[in-house]
Amino acid sequence: MSRISSVLASLAEQRRQALIPFITAGDPRPGLTVELMHALVAGGADVIELGVPFSDPMADGPVIQRASERALAHGVSLRDVLAMVREFRNTNDKTPVVLMGYANPVEAMGYETFAAQASEAGVDGVLTVDLPPEEAEDCTAVLRAHQLDQIFLLAPTTPEARLKAAARLASGYVYYVSLKGVTGAATLNVADVADKLAVMKRHIDLPIGVGFGIRDADTARAIAQVADAVVIGSRLVQEVEAGEDGLAQRLTEFLVGVRAAMDTARA
Amino acid sequence: MNDFLRYAQPDERGHFGQFGGIYVAETLMTALDELRIEYEKATQDPDFMAEFRYELKHYVGRPSPIYHAKRWSELLGGAQIYLKREDLNHTGAHKVNNTIGQALLARRMGKKRVIAETGAGQHGVASATVAARYGLECVVYMGAEDVARQSPNVYRMKLLGAQVVPVSSGSKTLKDAMNEAMRDWVTNVDSTYYIIGTCAGPHPYPMLVRDFQCVIGDECKTQMVDLIGRQPDAVVACVGGGSNAIGIFHPYIEVPGVRLIGVEAGGDGLDTGRHAAPLTANAKPGVLHGNRTYLMQDENGQIIETHSISAGLDYPGVGPEHSYLKDIGRAEYVAATDDEALAAFHDLCRFEGIIPALESSHALAYAKRLAPTLDKDQVILVNLSGRGDKDIPTIARREGIQL
Repeated sequence: MSRISSVLASLAEQRRQALIPFITAGDPRPGLTVELMHALVAGGADVIELGVPFSDPMADGPVIQRASERALAHGVSLRDVLAMVREFRNTNDKTPVVLMGYANPVEAMGYETFAAQASEAGVDGVLTVDLPPEEAEDCTAVLRAHQLDQIFLLAPTTPEARLKAAARLASGYVYYVSLKGVTGAATLNVADVADKLAVMKRHIDLPIGVGFGIRDADTARAIAQVADAVVIGSRLVQEVEAGEDGLAQRLTEFLVGVRAAMDTARA
Repeated sequence: MNDFLRYAQPDERGHFGQFGGIYVAETLMTALDELRIEYEKATQDPDFMAEFRYELKHYVGRPSPIYHAKRWSELLGGAQIYLKREDLNHTGAHKVNNTIGQALLARRMGKKRVIAETGAGQHGVASATVAARYGLECVVYMGAEDVARQSPNVYRMKLLGAQVVPVSSGSKTLKDAMNEAMRDWVTNVDSTYYIIGTCAGPHPYPMLVRDFQCVIGDECKTQMVDLIGRQPDAVVACVGGGSNAIGIFHPYIEVPGVRLIGVEAGGDGLDTGRHAAPLTANAKPGVLHGNRTYLMQDENGQIIETHSISAGLDYPGVGPEHSYLKDIGRAEYVAATDDEALAAFHDLCRFEGIIPALESSHALAYAKRLAPTLDKDQVILVNLSGRGDKDIPTIARREGIQL
């Protein structure tokens, strides 16, 4: 069983939901990323999603676009991101790490080289925003051969037939995009999410994480009542953007509040 | 009978060999599927096709003529140069062929709002035009840098009732405008139709933009026979995303003996790195804006900034079918520099009384290089894809002239 699956399974046994924070690797500067990852774990992160910066982040709102630009201003490459994960693994072999990004940096490195090096660095899963199941089959085979989970996005617009296609290739968990929009967009409708998750559960055995639009303890609690995992990205990146002063501590404290709220969700 | 059906590219998922495809975030997959299905129905609906043809004839003014540039040909001392006059279309460029087709699709799909990206502003103007014509709300995304260098077109779009949104992320040019249009579409996917302006983007866009633009090449095949009793020896067109080129090339793909030559933006010269010529400079394939194609990128897969005097060619990728035509050897791709394009621009002004767009001037520049190497009875057909009024401020600035 992969590190992602065993972490999520053990949470499920405890009837708890996973907390999955996202930050962009190399933001605000490369030297800080590993420290921030540890700060996320200290705040209660069960899985970390680490953004791989890309010059053209088409699915991201302004907050994560700017994070990418800050990282790229330091020349952060996919190879650098792998090095950060390797360093993180020196002192943490428990918390799964999922790389989230766009296809082209992986294409440029080559799927086989990428998968081998990611696996060796201690990466557990890969979420490629612009690689839907239809284009992912070759990639899936390579990732599987290196014991990497392939995480897929599902959306409010995804019909049932496509849920099945994704379920066939996905492993680890699936990521439900709670709203039509880019990352960091306005408000989500919990009742709509609950309805959609009920449909998804009929086709997908994997845990379902929900992200986009979760920005505080209240929304996290509401989502934790219906989902297996809660993903928080733009809200954390805003903390990063606010400056380096006390940043690690601020990230930890924010997540502690979210974690506490989530743990009351199904009490 | 579907009169768009031709050679068997792309496959049903939009692949031209290893290129094309659908590389987008999940939220858009269903919208693209709906578009593909609706487009298939539309092309088999005689009423839709009849309306498309009616609009091209009565609103755009088609067929556009072919003109023998006799004086310029004589001065160059080689092959005869003929110009396909897309510059004479309503709105002044080939872009309107596509926007009419897509606006009719949008209306058919019940969408009340259209969005578009634009570089030089020609596609933005063509989109704003058809939005006004069919009563659709229109938002055009345009890189902040292009807003500054193409101010006449910005005002034209506003006059036509469109909202122009300057995009300040990334390099502030066409690719960033396309990113922002994608973000809008993902957010408003139920109400909004995205009119992509070139033969790039996720399937079915490269196919449907090509099909709508094929009217150019289809007309040429008849007109050349009327004019000279045969087809040309070479067809030359500029390539940014490549919609005017694919429109004139495609009907000729199965015609033997016709060379197809795409001319990319060589900028300051390929050796300077400051250009927008992924095919000529042997860029590696990559994934951007929903398709796999040859792409200007660094060794880490980040898209690099491009340079061209022509905003409409200032794009790091190219339509996937051009990548495919390059690989199978059916089309050749070359580059013309900013200076060569400017020289050809002035030639056409002075010797033929036609002010060409800077984009089209790249095709003219290559024709100027090619003509003297051919015999006088050989024929080069150049797609004069747009007129140059919009470029007058750029050219004046570059030549140090205050208007």
